[in-house]
Amino acid sequence: MSIAMSAVDISRALTRISHEILERNNGCESIVLLGIPTRGAHLAQRIGANIATIEGREIPVGTLDITLHRDDLRMRPPRALMSTMIPVDGIQGRDLILIDDVLFSGRTIRAALDALGEIGRPRSVQLAVLVDRGHRELPIRADYVGKNLPTSRQQSVKVHVTEIDGVDEVLIESQGDL
Amino acid sequence: MGTYLLTGGNLADGAATQIYIADGVIVEVAPKILHPGAAIATEIKVDGCILLPGFVDLHTHLREPGREDSETIASGSRAAAKGGFTAVSAMANTFPVADTAGVVEQVYRLGQATGLCDVFPIGAVTQGLAGKQLAELGAMADSVARVRVFSDDGECVFDPMVMRRALEYVKQFGGVIAQHAQEPRLTQGAQMNEGIISSRLGLKGWPAVAEEAIIARDVLLADHVQSRVHICHLTTAGGVDIVRWAKARGIAVTAEVTPHHLLLTDERAISYDPVFKVNPPLRTHSDVMALREGLADGTIDIVATDHAPHPAESKECEWQAASFGMIGLETAFSIVQATMVDTSLMSWSDLADRMSNAPARIAGYADHGQPLDAGSSAHLTVINPTASWRVDRDLVASRSRNTPFHGMELPGRIVATFFRGEPTVLNGALVRTVEGV
Amino acid sequence: MRHLLSIADLSYVDALSILDTAQEMARVSDAPVKKLPTLRGRTIVNLFLEDSTRTRISFEAAAKRLSADVINFSAKGSSVSKGESLKDTAQTLQAMGADAVIIRHPASGAAQWLADSAWMSGSVINAGDGTHEHPTQALLDAFTIRKHLSANSGDLRGLSVAIVGDILHSRVARSNVLLLSMLGAQVIIVAPPTLLPVGVESWPAQVSYDFDSVLPLVDAVMMLRVQQERMSDYFFPTPREYSHYFGLNRDRLGFMKKTAIVMHPGPMNRGLEITAECADSARSVIVEQVTNGVSVRMAVLYLLLAGSPTSPGVAI
Repeated sequence: MSIAMSAVDISRALTRISHEILERNNGCESIVLLGIPTRGAHLAQRIGANIATIEGREIPVGTLDITLHRDDLRMRPPRALMSTMIPVDGIQGRDLILIDDVLFSGRTIRAALDALGEIGRPRSVQLAVLVDRGHRELPIRADYVGKNLPTSRQQSVKVHVTEIDGVDEVLIESQGDL
Repeated sequence: MGTYLLTGGNLADGAATQIYIADGVIVEVAPKILHPGAAIATEIKVDGCILLPGFVDLHTHLREPGREDSETIASGSRAAAKGGFTAVSAMANTFPVADTAGVVEQVYRLGQATGLCDVFPIGAVTQGLAGKQLAELGAMADSVARVRVFSDDGECVFDPMVMRRALEYVKQFGGVIAQHAQEPRLTQGAQMNEGIISSRLGLKGWPAVAEEAIIARDVLLADHVQSRVHICHLTTAGGVDIVRWAKARGIAVTAEVTPHHLLLTDERAISYDPVFKVNPPLRTHSDVMALREGLADGTIDIVATDHAPHPAESKECEWQAASFGMIGLETAFSIVQATMVDTSLMSWSDLADRMSNAPARIAGYADHGQPLDAGSSAHLTVINPTASWRVDRDLVASRSRNTPFHGMELPGRIVATFFRGEPTVLNGALVRTVEGV
Repeated sequence: MRHLLSIADLSYVDALSILDTAQEMARVSDAPVKKLPTLRGRTIVNLFLEDSTRTRISFEAAAKRLSADVINFSAKGSSVSKGESLKDTAQTLQAMGADAVIIRHPASGAAQWLADSAWMSGSVINAGDGTHEHPTQALLDAFTIRKHLSANSGDLRGLSVAIVGDILHSRVARSNVLLLSMLGAQVIIVAPPTLLPVGVESWPAQVSYDFDSVLPLVDAVMMLRVQQERMSDYFFPTPREYSHYFGLNRDRLGFMKKTAIVMHPGPMNRGLEITAECADSARSVIVEQVTNGVSVRMAVLYLLLAGSPTSPGVAI
């Protein structure tokens, strides 16, 4: 097991992503952040806070649970649903930034895109992730990446956030590590 | 006819003994047989076994005529022999109902033809079991079958006037009315014992009082007309109290309990498996304990099986749609040993009384239930009290498989059954197959 | 858990997990597109051997919102009315590849019997069996109570609920007593003694014959349907007398706490157990119960069917 990102690394990456989002979207007028539970939701809150500090105004931040749209439901025991909280003004016509902790196969993001379909039609959908570890199984890429982390399929990437895990860090575990 | 020498066994009182049987009769009972014929008799070693008089069942549904898909007199006789019985009493609720001399003679003759045990028909009390008009009780009593026990079992003789007349009428030939005590209005649509379990399961309750009210009425009626009444399948603690009270008053009442009511409780219904659906229903633990106590102290005179075969489709359905009843001939002895003897409530002599002597006496089967003495008819059952076996519904001799004891490990094996001096069961297996079974 | 047969089979955690899941499902029901792909390719059979349009269409809506294929099989006009046994029906459904059977049956225990039998391998969901249980009704009732009185989360601790009417014949009452008490609510059963089962003292509920004294104490009043035909079995003298003692009317509404809600599983006998005025009052959540029914049934279908059929579930 090795540490791929420390708390400082994570903080820097989120700050950079926050700036990139503002730059790409010409400010924060039209943007909505949706974090994918559980850890993506906390990252969304932090990016939202960063942007609020930079721009001096609050922006809408919500969560989007994608469980019901997963294509691998039948491969595991039933999962508990996480909460979906769409900001009151909705996503219609907005520039929507999906935020997740790790981008891997791309299947979560596909499910998220499906899930958005039942909620509304944003002007654009962009994707921000803390870690892109490669091994895509679908034609999906991230618009904002905290760190590209080359991994093998046998390894697993664990993102810890203080809100849940008491510490900010990204770990790589190889099989056999315990 | 063969001659047999049983060696190595014990009598119910524990005395080591040999028994020499010839020409259908017990010739000699002694620790060492002196009779010269014993030397050339077939020796059957029954080491460690107990020799009991052949069991007598006062309550058996053999289904013939009419429902030969679930049981025949031949298949029921096989089940009886395997269970250690040498006499069974065929209940009247057949199609047609055994309410005429013709039907009871047919049943009797089929039993004799099968020849594995005596099949004594029980006559219906009322025509068609309808509870209105008395059946021709006298004609049945006079028939070849010499019927002495009458019952509408399955139905209660509910009309008190009809019951009174029946009790009076059978006095002329020493008959007895066996009452299925079930107040019909209180049990309309009833599915199981009414109590905590039924309240949870949402199955319509069958109150104990529906049974007890009829028992109370009938012991008072029997007292009034100075006749005999027999209470079928007693199931409640209150019923035991009423019978105990009646006997103390000198009323000529006798009562039976089934093996399943000595063991199982209404909690079995929680499975909604209709194999546990029976009339009268399984009751509570305290009822079971009261029944055991009543059987031990003689308040309840006998064990009777209420062997009630049903075809698979009558039990492979939702509880409400299923038929009432369980088979019991082949398991009766083991259940009684488990609940009464192994619990030290009764001795082996008591068991012989409740399963052989007393039922034969109540029904007037003079040839059965005799003590194992020289000169008695050679109806006897050899049991191994230390062996155990697992009930398998696929291995029963009965045509039906509706045993509630499937999969249970039970104590006591029937090693051999002798009917009129000939073995029907040896080494736990039927001696011969019967055609048409 | 593979089946939902009785509330008695659920743990506290299971029950809360269903309610929490239902809450997420409710969001879908409010969305402009009321459709999820979750159960795509799954076949669900509505086996209704007793008339109940409401429950059937509620399950049907729930299944369809999750994209399952729904086959409706009702007694009328089917081979069941021609004497086909439950066994043959079950084997037929199995042969057709049903992943789940939602069964409504007039016989108590029919759902359990079907689930325990080897006749079919799919999930069995009890949609009301005789006078035994109706678990999804209790779950939607608990969901409705929680939404109004428990801030839409957690359990029902601190709340009191009266269940009023024909307890003896009510599967809704049996399921609700088990569920509401498990979730921490105090349950008071109100009925004439004739409409209470022998053995009710073993239930996790208090019993009262006096509706008026109970009304000021409770946060929710659940009125049960009283069938007119009960009269012929001497359960009560006349409908008028029943209404007088056990019906919910305007006067009684006045005795209730200001925040208390009025519930009814439907269909109502307006004028017998509940007056139209009460049924349509601001206190009444009866229509909302129907809406919540779909969410709760979606949750149950999701938890029973979405996961792997072989691996054991986490919560339910």
